[in-house]
Amino acid sequence: MAYISFENVTLGYEGQAVVSNLNFEINKGNYLCIIGENGSGKSTLVKTLLGLRNAMGGKISFGDGLRKNEIGYLPQHTMVQKDFPAIVSEVVISGCLNRRGLRPFYNRAEKLRAKEAMERLEISHLKDRCFRELSGGQQQRVLLARALCATDKLLLLDEPVAGLDPRVTEELYEIINKLNTEGVTIAMVSHDLDATTKYATHILHVGQTPLYFGTKEGYMKSAIGHEFIRIRRRKK
Amino acid sequence: MSLIEKLTYYFEFPFVRYAFVVGILIALCASMLGVTLVLKRYSMIGDGLSHVAFGAIAIASVLKISSDMYVTLPVTIICAIVLLKTGAADSKIKGDAAIAMLSVGALAFGYLILNVTSTNSNVSGDVCTTLFGSTSILLLKDKDVYLTIVLAVVLLIVFVLFYHKIFAITFDESFAKATGIRTGFYNTLIAAISAVVIVLAMNLVGSLLVSALIIFPALSAMRFFKSFKAVIICSAVISVICATFGIIVSILANTPTGATIVAADIVMFLFFHVISLLKK
Repeated sequence: MAYISFENVTLGYEGQAVVSNLNFEINKGNYLCIIGENGSGKSTLVKTLLGLRNAMGGKISFGDGLRKNEIGYLPQHTMVQKDFPAIVSEVVISGCLNRRGLRPFYNRAEKLRAKEAMERLEISHLKDRCFRELSGGQQQRVLLARALCATDKLLLLDEPVAGLDPRVTEELYEIINKLNTEGVTIAMVSHDLDATTKYATHILHVGQTPLYFGTKEGYMKSAIGHEFIRIRRRKK
Repeated sequence: MSLIEKLTYYFEFPFVRYAFVVGILIALCASMLGVTLVLKRYSMIGDGLSHVAFGAIAIASVLKISSDMYVTLPVTIICAIVLLKTGAADSKIKGDAAIAMLSVGALAFGYLILNVTSTNSNVSGDVCTTLFGSTSILLLKDKDVYLTIVLAVVLLIVFVLFYHKIFAITFDESFAKATGIRTGFYNTLIAAISAVVIVLAMNLVGSLLVSALIIFPALSAMRFFKSFKAVIICSAVISVICATFGIIVSILANTPTGATIVAADIVMFLFFHVISLLKK
């Protein structure tokens, strides 16, 4: 059974369908890249996966031991407040909240979990630094560590490298790839075709109707994949 | 008489002691909530709610209800919840317009009601007291004092118990919601807490000055400190110091209590602002 499977799902808002007949699944250990043009419904899909928005139709099921609130989320860079007074360790441990229930304070296990998450992302030395004073790449690592505190099953990354310079982008991809090889399932919305073709195991190309879902190898051979890659390459 | 003697003389009166206890508790609650409200971009909601509370006081005085808090509390809590919901959702009337409408509306009707129905010859005096607080903190009835103390203590306990959740939904609401935190419930909780704090704080500084009590300590602390915890603690300390100082000065120099406290808060803000500039 898959972690998440979508069967004939229609996404949209205010009665307007953005994507219809969406069929795909995310299995344990996958590295799924979600691609598509602007306005093709990628953000709507993210919100639906997170349970922030309901699907207009179809069936979404969670399985293989994954509960609905066990998706670690890395929001788009612009969504996080830039002037918020918080230090890194405060941000990271806030990812543990969902395992705490009504208990008012964090216990030792959760503090340890936050510490380990920071070590995995190599940001332990930043733990007392102010979040807003970090560089873009460092901030993304902090938010990734927070997501890891929430779950180590599935991470949903919404354009994680937007606005980062090439070197930092590469480092962040390496880290995400490392997490994937350690057993964390990744679902990533991306504009970056190079990374997609390099790291992904599966690809979901969304548009008015879903254009493709399957393995990366299959996508590269498909007509739509050829076309999309050609257009993107030419734009650069 | 020396300053100390004068103070000890005043402290023999129970109402002065009450004013201190109540003033410090209110300042504490207002400053802790203030950090969240400022960061959630809800500063204006605090201002709007205080005007709503003014309207509610006017209604209470018409109905001749002995303690106006029994009317102002529920009315303000309901308005707070409605305002936060309209501010957050994609509603037809946008959040800031809704706040502006509600606050000036309540102000106008409040004054109208007071003017038409008042049996007191000194209407403008009454209005001035509710708007600017003047000395109302020194005129609290026993019943109000106990109610204020109980409410303030409950608020502080709630705040400590839910501190981490308040942090999470203030920092990143969608992440919190995605990981299963009931953000709707906690937003409503924040709205209710804001309403209670505002109604309590009106006794201290009057309805027009309430938002100063809420936002200035938070803004001062944010100039200087980098962690959420430090900002909250510093904001609480600043607020308590300013409230204590303001009440003492207002007794000694016979100035209006609310305005004196707010003036102290502003001076403190400028002080922190200059220091933060110098540090750069």
